[in-house]
Amino acid sequence: MAAKKPATPNVSADELLNHYREMLLIRRFEEKAGQLYGMGLIGGFCHLYIGQEAVVVGLEAAAKEGDKRITSYRDHGHMLACGMDPKGVMAELTGREGGYSRGKGGSMHMFSKEKHFYGGHGIVAAQVPLGAGLAFADKYSGNDNVTFIYFGDGAANQGQVYETYNMAELWQLPAVFVIENNQYAMGTSTQRSTKSPSYFARGQAYGIAGEEVDGMDVLAVKAAGEKAIAHCRAGKGPYILEVKTYRYRGHSMSDPAKYRTREEVQKMRDERDPIEQIRDMLLTGNHASEDELKAVDKEIKAIVNEAAEFSKESPEPHVDELWTDIYASEDV
Amino acid sequence: MATEILMPALSPTMEEGTLAKWLVKEGDTVASGDILAEIETDKATMEFEAVDEGVIGKILISEGSEGVKVNTAIAVLLEEGEDASAADTASPAATPAAEATAAPEATSVPATAAAPAATAPDTSPDWPEGTPMKQQTVREALRDAMAEEMRGNESVFLMGEEVAEYQGAYKISQGLLDEFGAKRVIDTPITEHGFAGIATGSAMAGLRPIVEFMTFNFAMQAIDHLINSAAKTLYMSGGQMGAPMVFRGPNGAAARVGAQHSQDYAAWYMQVPGLKVAMPYSASDAKGLLKSAIRDPNPVIFLENEILYGRSFDVPDMDDYTVPFGKARIWREGTDVTIVSFGIGMTYALEAADKLGRGRYLCGSYRSADFASDGYGQHLGVRA
Repeated sequence: MAAKKPATPNVSADELLNHYREMLLIRRFEEKAGQLYGMGLIGGFCHLYIGQEAVVVGLEAAAKEGDKRITSYRDHGHMLACGMDPKGVMAELTGREGGYSRGKGGSMHMFSKEKHFYGGHGIVAAQVPLGAGLAFADKYSGNDNVTFIYFGDGAANQGQVYETYNMAELWQLPAVFVIENNQYAMGTSTQRSTKSPSYFARGQAYGIAGEEVDGMDVLAVKAAGEKAIAHCRAGKGPYILEVKTYRYRGHSMSDPAKYRTREEVQKMRDERDPIEQIRDMLLTGNHASEDELKAVDKEIKAIVNEAAEFSKESPEPHVDELWTDIYASEDV
Repeated sequence: MATEILMPALSPTMEEGTLAKWLVKEGDTVASGDILAEIETDKATMEFEAVDEGVIGKILISEGSEGVKVNTAIAVLLEEGEDASAADTASPAATPAAEATAAPEATSVPATAAAPAATAPDTSPDWPEGTPMKQQTVREALRDAMAEEMRGNESVFLMGEEVAEYQGAYKISQGLLDEFGAKRVIDTPITEHGFAGIATGSAMAGLRPIVEFMTFNFAMQAIDHLINSAAKTLYMSGGQMGAPMVFRGPNGAAARVGAQHSQDYAAWYMQVPGLKVAMPYSASDAKGLLKSAIRDPNPVIFLENEILYGRSFDVPDMDDYTVPFGKARIWREGTDVTIVSFGIGMTYALEAADKLGRGRYLCGSYRSADFASDGYGQHLGVRA
């Protein structure tokens, strides 16, 4: 499928190049994470975001300072897209002191108060009411911030999502529910999970507006994000975006992905890849030369390598850390 | 420069595997994402993808090889245009994990986790001598505690089923809607899982929610957020953010309400690192502990009892009366026998004390604790 042509007058060459750079950072970071996992440097669970890059990059391009975000355990891309330091993220993956949670969160549990990133949650769909709580706090405080609540097509079948929809609309909370529909909840396809034709439409039962978005097209995601955010900031309550995307890798590192064919994955990579789409657009529109893009590739590779080096050199947390941060002695 | 492709770990527990099949051969050009080989782990057969682009210079481990240890070099990858002879001088793709992850030397357990320090128990009175007292029910004491804390801190709010317009299913929140308005006294739909999560999220963002469960039996529908979200966020975030909040409501047996409305959860929540648990008996304890709970920077499970709500006790008539966590109360002094209880159990402990006669026993109530605290006896000065 050819890339949808953007309303080019609205997108500058610089913006396009930025989207390319940010998506590429996530892609290369995740490939490196996969490699470090293979070497035993990253242990436990590790869920890669490869293929889904356009979702977070498009939505972050529509956000402003002060907006909050919360997601599931497939969270590395969200952290990089909101500006968290790749070194701190990679060092958390390797469980080191230099990680965002000082090595106590790992791949699934990272937070950044500074970047308004509220995790990194390992219980499928738990982040949905938590995210509505973040939006509740903004409304309570009387500011115009918006919270992005990311969850997958798998989480979308959990009851607490609908409890949250109900209260979010009832209380007009400024929350954008982002359903990252990558078509597989671990090994179970959407067709085997539900008879309902679309996830965003379920919001209608609660009076919540929503729409479906091409999640392989970063410009389409950004445009939809802007619309959703404007709705929330205007005090009209929550909005649902069902972003159709695709993950190239298995659910986690130990998933052989036998529930889909290799051809299906390859077709998606060849025809719909979000990074290739923007690369083509940059080249065919003469917004960037091959050499300029090569320079970006090199720059990203250096950032990722630096993060990997940092994540290996940062020390393991001291054993005493087992007993810290269980109880707070003062407000944090 | 030629690099070695290493046998990958493809599951959290994999130490070695079978190189089932090569899908590339020497001389093939590979790009990032291409499938190089099929590898059998302890759980499944996995496809192993290339990370870097290049040309397969040499295959070092033939297909069908079993028991290939993780991080063994299995092939050599050449850069485009590099001579195959470079394969012999390949360097590992990166430092193997073994050296880098050497665990730090085990050190002594820090003082915070050590056995309870042998300090004298805090037996100081809860209020200064001569403080005027007033008679109050537990119900009124709980309401006053919330109202006082809400007056003092704009971030404190109350959320739950029937807490606002109905004035509380057990009338604990009577009058709060009138004083604080619908923004801070919030009726929820019947949706424990959902509103416990929303309240926890608001606490992560800096508010101080008080969540009322109509009974703690209904909190079973929300317990994931109490444990996995509220109790663990501080640890998982490396201390960046937590959930300063109170979950409160009646707990334990009431009168003839059946098995599903009679469970006591004190022991359950005590086992959860990150939670503090308080279970008052008297009205003064209810008031002083609830005020401490609302101010505490941690999630507090506050277990009340329906039968006690209507009982009256002396409550000190002072501006800001609080009871610190971790302090027991000695109700009767004695020398021979110690009777310890908590919550409504104190009713029976005190009855037993009455029957035993004065001067022969020490009778005390244990009022609050957390996973990391020391034992019951410590607070009452009991020695084994």
